[in-house]
Amino acid sequence: MTDITKLTIHETLDELKKKNFSVTELTKAYLKNIDQAERYNAYITVCAERALEQAKTADQNYAKGTPRPLEGIPLGIKDLFCTKDIRTTAASHMLGNFVPPYESTVTEKLLNDGAVFLGKLNLDEFAMGGSNETSAFGPVVNPWSKDVDLVPGGSSGGSAAAVAAHLCAGATGTDTGGSIREPAAFCGCSGIKPTYGRCSRYGIIAFASSLDQAGPIAQDVTDCALLLESMSGYDAKDSTSYPTDVPNFVRFLHEDIKGLVVGMPKEYRPEGLNPEVAAYWDKTAEMLRARGAIVKEISLPHTQYALATYYVLAPAEASSNLARYDGIRYGYRASGDCHLDELYIKTRTQGFGAEVKRRIMIGTYVLSAGYYDAYYLKAQKMRRLIHDDFMKAFEQCDVILTPTSPITAFPIGDKEMLKNPINMYLNDVFTVSVNLAGLPAMSLPIGLAANGLPLGMQLIGKPFDEGTILNVAAKIEEDAGFERL
Amino acid sequence: MSIDQETVKRIAFLSRLSVDEDKIEATQDEFNKIMSWIENLNEIDTDHVEPLISVNDIQIKLRKDNVTDGNYREKILQNAPAAEYDYFAVPKVME
Repeated sequence: MTDITKLTIHETLDELKKKNFSVTELTKAYLKNIDQAERYNAYITVCAERALEQAKTADQNYAKGTPRPLEGIPLGIKDLFCTKDIRTTAASHMLGNFVPPYESTVTEKLLNDGAVFLGKLNLDEFAMGGSNETSAFGPVVNPWSKDVDLVPGGSSGGSAAAVAAHLCAGATGTDTGGSIREPAAFCGCSGIKPTYGRCSRYGIIAFASSLDQAGPIAQDVTDCALLLESMSGYDAKDSTSYPTDVPNFVRFLHEDIKGLVVGMPKEYRPEGLNPEVAAYWDKTAEMLRARGAIVKEISLPHTQYALATYYVLAPAEASSNLARYDGIRYGYRASGDCHLDELYIKTRTQGFGAEVKRRIMIGTYVLSAGYYDAYYLKAQKMRRLIHDDFMKAFEQCDVILTPTSPITAFPIGDKEMLKNPINMYLNDVFTVSVNLAGLPAMSLPIGLAANGLPLGMQLIGKPFDEGTILNVAAKIEEDAGFERL
Repeated sequence: MSIDQETVKRIAFLSRLSVDEDKIEATQDEFNKIMSWIENLNEIDTDHVEPLISVNDIQIKLRKDNVTDGNYREKILQNAPAAEYDYFAVPKVME
């Protein structure tokens, strides 16, 4: 029999319904993979015992003929989602021993739909990073690495690596500036960040609350649709959750795209854009044209200001959100007799890593008296312009097609990237605008670059139109015929 | 606008973080690189632009002021680095 961990989620569900193998067998197969793939460092915590208990319940439900929509599907959970009674670290020393007494809404929905949780996945510390190198639990290794260990992208690096290496059938991620899409692209996976407000943020450790969204990373587009449907929905516990119905996303995948207008923003083709990336972009447009879509050039004039806008707003929100880590109520506390203020300072200085501290300080600076208007308010105004660019573009097109990242995965500890934090920030150039505008966007693998590493394409949709994105992505997926690991 | 070492120290304190004396210069340098990159935003005139605070166009709902959660002090204190008499414990703040 073929390796059952290589099946997609929709294939696995079919097999389980046919009783070709049990959930317990499946869960054990994934746990074995995890055991043998420690070198990827994808998991921070593995919950083998609990997973096997959940598998038993799932098997009973299949036996009774009452399986739930994701019954018995073994998932990995980004360690930014609070999971009741399971350590949740945000990949930070600060939360190294934190055991939440409650469950995040998104993971609760997945559990209610029958999913099995294999464990908690590695990430950049507090989701701040684009390479998974800022984790207090060490970097994750991209399963596509050959002679040199490569980054999986970030911040949901553990999620993308685990999906690519078949250490889970699918994973949750979060995306503040590209943290689902970039690692999905680097690891040859599919991942979707839904519209802001689609998934509840309740129980997700906050980074930048006006930008953070949860979403799935999976092997293919159909799996993303299945997982997203389970994860989505209004939640009174998140005041920014949007009161709208969750459509059956899988149903969109079979719609015709004839006459659909696809926009290609000219600002995403700067001088010096990697020619391989540009060629795949054009090839993808050609695929859609061949299926009857209308491809046209559009303009998003403020694109070049998106990164700087993001790197004011995200650190500002982070500095405020992370003020709660003071060593008093939960998390790490520095030892030694000292005054309260000293305790805060020692705790935070020892508990946070370098990138997190950098962003807290930048955020504190742009919010501080005398600079607020010049930086923070200015960035909020730029955010309006970036948002309005998209709204104008969507008067002329139904969906936007761009590359996900200007580069493929790079080596862990790359000197150029580490020399200047801005070099790392520039990798987010195609992804951050979407978060600023609150739009849904997805990355899917399009092919390999000459260096043998995956490249991703990004589809951006109108607010709450994840269906069109998934539909177009399914067509590209079919035409691209990308071969997964 | 260049950031001096005093500003670095002040921002560190506001952030309740400490920067080692020998790292102040490097931090200052990094700060200046990032902030001068951010200053590109000044190329655009935004005098008549409304700031965008939330992409959500919904009016945030008000709910009834009822207790919907709580009464598990023990569970919460389980994560406290120090707890005494059913309260969070902190170092002495008054002499």
